[in-house]
Amino acid sequence: MDNLQILAVAPVFNLQLLVDGILIGAVFALAAYGMGLIWGVMRIINIAQGEFVMLGGYVALYAAGAGIPSLATIPIAAIVLLVLGWLLYRIVLFRLVDKDLFTSILATFGLSILLQQIANQMFGANVRSLDSGLGTLSFAGGQITVAEIKLVAFGAVLVLGAALVLFLKMSRLGQALRATAQNAAAARILGIDTDRVYAATFALNAAICGAAGALVAMTWIIHPYLGLTYTVRAFMIVVVAGLGNLLGIAASGAALGIAEQYAGFLLGTEFQTAFLFSVLVVILVARQLALHRQRLYLK
Amino acid sequence: MSLRNLPSDSGRRASLVPHGATRIGIYVALGVLVLAAPFLFRGIVTQLAFLWLMILFALTWDILGGQMGYNSFGNILFFGLGCYAAAVVQRDTHLPYFVALAAGMGLSALVALVAAGVLGPLTLGMRGQYFAICTLGLSIAAADLFAGWEFVGAGSGIVPALYPGPVDERNRFFYYVLLALATLTFITLRLLYRTRFGAAINAIRDDEDKAEAMGLHTTRYKVAAWMIAALFLGLAGGPVAGLVGFVDPRDLAFAGATFGVWMVLMAVLGGKGTLWGPVIGAAIFHTTQELFWTYLFGWQRVAMGVLIVAIVVFFPLGIMGWLRARWPQWFGEVVDEAARPARADGAGIGDERAA
Repeated sequence: MDNLQILAVAPVFNLQLLVDGILIGAVFALAAYGMGLIWGVMRIINIAQGEFVMLGGYVALYAAGAGIPSLATIPIAAIVLLVLGWLLYRIVLFRLVDKDLFTSILATFGLSILLQQIANQMFGANVRSLDSGLGTLSFAGGQITVAEIKLVAFGAVLVLGAALVLFLKMSRLGQALRATAQNAAAARILGIDTDRVYAATFALNAAICGAAGALVAMTWIIHPYLGLTYTVRAFMIVVVAGLGNLLGIAASGAALGIAEQYAGFLLGTEFQTAFLFSVLVVILVARQLALHRQRLYLK
Repeated sequence: MSLRNLPSDSGRRASLVPHGATRIGIYVALGVLVLAAPFLFRGIVTQLAFLWLMILFALTWDILGGQMGYNSFGNILFFGLGCYAAAVVQRDTHLPYFVALAAGMGLSALVALVAAGVLGPLTLGMRGQYFAICTLGLSIAAADLFAGWEFVGAGSGIVPALYPGPVDERNRFFYYVLLALATLTFITLRLLYRTRFGAAINAIRDDEDKAEAMGLHTTRYKVAAWMIAALFLGLAGGPVAGLVGFVDPRDLAFAGATFGVWMVLMAVLGGKGTLWGPVIGAAIFHTTQELFWTYLFGWQRVAMGVLIVAIVVFFPLGIMGWLRARWPQWFGEVVDEAARPARADGAGIGDERAA
């Protein structure tokens, strides 16, 4: 808690934490939007969500290693993950669509362990990051610094988010996807091939996570074991904001990013993960108590 | 209803469980084998001791997961608290070894009971997926808190008192302690599932709203069931810490990615909601796991991931569930062939308590 004094003495640090929090929160929001998409359409909670982010980061890392400019690795990560997501749907996920949520949670948990361990075997357990080759901006006489890549990432998230909304609203497939989310049986009666819609949804989600992962590799760090933290962040954001509520997801993502920046600064990095998972528990308990109060009111 | 539970009325129908002298003979042979095992298989006493731990894990997970329909990913929390409580007592009191161990296990049980008693009312109101993910968060948060807490050695873990004797003797001692604990758990659950309490938690699984409407205090039953699971998990912490000789926050005490997932899987593999299912599942899973660790060096965790997905996706009913769907007459059920397809989904697995 020593750092609390720093915040009191130099209030400008607050600004630094806020800016960093909002910029990183945008990436969390992206993964959360994907999670909300498959939760809403397929009724599956995907615990392997964070592993897609992690794999996207590694794809970007190896693509950049092959001489591709770092910003161009973002679409490459998205495309590779799109294919992986589609394959996983065709091999495993389609069997889970009609099962209860616990089965899908446990199966995707297994998938997450599998992907994490494959990554560990293939890429090694080292913490790595991708140098974007961009500089750093300073404000307020050098007291606040913002890496340019974080701004680029923020911009990329906005572009991707807008593209997703347009896709869901305008395209045939997007409309089929929303129809399936509303009522899968009715969608089937009206001639929508829901199996294809599910495959597209899952692949699309993986692609979103892949792009987010490339951004994470450039702005932050990646290693094989960080998947679950991204899953939990996405889950929290979706629980707070609701499925598919884009503005809510963006706001919750920013709030979570800011909260994590403060926690990391005040509590030290060794408690950062503990903080994240404690917030998860607190959010779920608070939600439960709020629902309980509503129930008492109904009585 | 095509299947009815009827008393077995003729010798014509085969039963899974043999009767009379054969049955007693099987139990005696099993008992002798289990008691003599540390002397028969000297090289793998630790692994055998861990088998009893796994059986205890699967049985206690099944109280909520199978019998009550609440799938917890965080039961490892109570085991971890037990490990730490016992190790702290052994480190900070200057009692003789066995007295300290007993005192430590007592504190473990107490801490685990209090934890379940406090967390239960907060979390057990959640249904389904929220409870599962909340408990997952609890166990990971606990692991990271203990890994950052200086008093218990932070990330480098804590070392309990050294066993006063040779390593072989230590392994054998803890083998018998864990055997006793697992047996105690089994017998307790066997008796418990036959009481009103067992019927109540089954009612919660089958339809919680109806159970509540019938006048059951569902929250009390849920918290009590979780406390029973926590009690045995906490008690197991001390012996395991003593056997391993070192409590690591992430790899032993709160090992969510291994023990935490395995306990779910062992129960699912054996058959959720049955008494023998978790035992069989744990035995098979533990053997497979040990073989993976021996023969697939480096890739064992990958193979474990494949196994998890395969079990959940292709074998969700488990061994007992499969046997029951295949040969219902073994479970003392009368099959009405004409109406049989209606039950093809395997619903109702675990209706018969203590199968």
